[in-house]
Amino acid sequence: MLVVDNISLRAGNFELKEINFRVDKGDYFVILGISGVGKSLLLESIAGLTKINSGEIILRGRKISDEKIQKRNISIVYQDADLFPHLTVFENIAYPLHSRTEKNIREKVLKAAEQTGIADKLERIPGTLSGGEYQRVALARSLASGNDIFLLDEPLSALDPKSKNDLRALLRKLNRGGITIIHVTHDYEEAVSLANKIGVMENGRIVHVASPEEIFKHPKSEFVAQFIGIKNFLRGELTAIPQSDLKRFSTNGINIFPLTNVNDGEAFLLIQPDEISISNSAESGSARNHFKGKITDIARAKIGIEVTVDIGCELISLISSEAMNSLELKIGKEVWISFKASACKIYK
Amino acid sequence: MKRYFSNKSLLNLVFTFLGGILLLFIIAPLAGMYLSTSLGSLKEAVGSEEVRNSIWLSLWTAMAGTIFFSFFAIPLAYLLARKKFPLKNVVNGIIDIPIIIPHSAAGIAVLGIITRDSFLGRAGELLGIKFVGNPAGIILAMAFVSIPFLINAARDGFAAVPERLEKIALTLGASPIRVFFTISLPLAWRSILSGFILMWARGMSEFGAVIIVAYNPQTAPVMIFERFTSYGLKYSVPVAVVFVTVCLIIFVTLRLVKKKS
Repeated sequence: MLVVDNISLRAGNFELKEINFRVDKGDYFVILGISGVGKSLLLESIAGLTKINSGEIILRGRKISDEKIQKRNISIVYQDADLFPHLTVFENIAYPLHSRTEKNIREKVLKAAEQTGIADKLERIPGTLSGGEYQRVALARSLASGNDIFLLDEPLSALDPKSKNDLRALLRKLNRGGITIIHVTHDYEEAVSLANKIGVMENGRIVHVASPEEIFKHPKSEFVAQFIGIKNFLRGELTAIPQSDLKRFSTNGINIFPLTNVNDGEAFLLIQPDEISISNSAESGSARNHFKGKITDIARAKIGIEVTVDIGCELISLISSEAMNSLELKIGKEVWISFKASACKIYK
Repeated sequence: MKRYFSNKSLLNLVFTFLGGILLLFIIAPLAGMYLSTSLGSLKEAVGSEEVRNSIWLSLWTAMAGTIFFSFFAIPLAYLLARKKFPLKNVVNGIIDIPIIIPHSAAGIAVLGIITRDSFLGRAGELLGIKFVGNPAGIILAMAFVSIPFLINAARDGFAAVPERLEKIALTLGASPIRVFFTISLPLAWRSILSGFILMWARGMSEFGAVIIVAYNPQTAPVMIFERFTSYGLKYSVPVAVVFVTVCLIIFVTLRLVKKKS
């Protein structure tokens, strides 16, 4: 339905670099990224509000990159301040409607208002609406426009938790009803609860497009990894070791030896904190990876205690409070950490 | 009142005193003029057809100029608020020129473009419009010196309308013309109305430029001057009081209407 083909643009401090993705009819595509990464700019370039420098945007097989905004048939909804403040809710929803008869317009407005649950607010002016109602009116207006592709720019971020849940349900309903949605957010829970496809955005690029399950099972981005609570997620260079099952993973001047058959090159290494053990001496056991480091932090986790050790990069080990007492761990103390080569998960 | 002074510093007291003197500077001469005018002479001035005609002439020519030039001023203000173009600062500077030059010089400049030898004068003559010594000339002279007030207010008004709203309206399929008339203009309307009132008020009180373009028919400011130079202060004050009163009534009423809207 919508193909974004290698678009790049620079606007002020923001930049989009070679963005590629495809959205099919009925998709709920969430673009996930931290603030300032260029998400809003991407939406505005699709809607035509900002001009792209290169690349193509293709909607239903037609190039729309040079098309005027009003001819693109794409609606955009922001997190706030997008209703016309001098018009009533009714007039806002009726704004995109062209009909000879007033009855026809009224019917269409009512239909959109009922679909979004604001049929009793039609005479109000936008300034008197709650955050959730405000967003519903913006969605109703987009529905009335007849556009079947909506771009949503952090539509839930200004809402209280109850309104957030209600609006999520509405967005799912609209999506099931045939509206294709591209939704940008920095909230991964929002992404998981709504998307059937997620694009992760970092530094003006879409770095990973996949299903939510895939994205969170095999994160290719430190941003996602940090979000879902993965602690030890390192980016580095993987190289083969002749006549060995192990490979060398170099990051920040240290070498870690994982057991993997992933191809050489840039890769991500993941070690669960409970796979890392701590000791006061260089006892090796069967573990292939031993490092001397200094404790930089000790924090209580939901279960057990997380000890952060700086070995050149910071790794977190999850241990029991008994272990912590017997090892007499404290911040600044030098310790040894070890983990098995098979405990290292490598992703490209 | 008690609260206002109770927790204020010496600085506030000094500033209030200085501000008060300034207000007095504005009010005292006007109040003096009102108090020195007898009811009889006021009645005489109001009863004079000549006086009434001159006030009416000032009001309608200023209004006509404001309405006519708003068709040019509002589009220009919109461009200045929304578009980036080369020499934009120069254009902004040109708009303020009428405010900074002496109004007698403005009158002479306007006279230069409306005499029979000029293009506008000749074109007007073909259409049967005479500018010099005519209401049409008065309208041009008033508009020349007062147009910056409308353009500047309208430009600020348009600039305060979030551009995002205009873009959203476009995404909803509206044409740029429809967006201008349904979103930009209504949202900037209060500022435009302010500029409208200011331009009208400034136009009708204009003296320097008007007297050069048209000594006759006499607008109220010209008549006040003429009575002062020909007959002295005593005869000019009643006309001045009547004209100032009319101006104040209109100005206060329009401000109240604007506040209510």
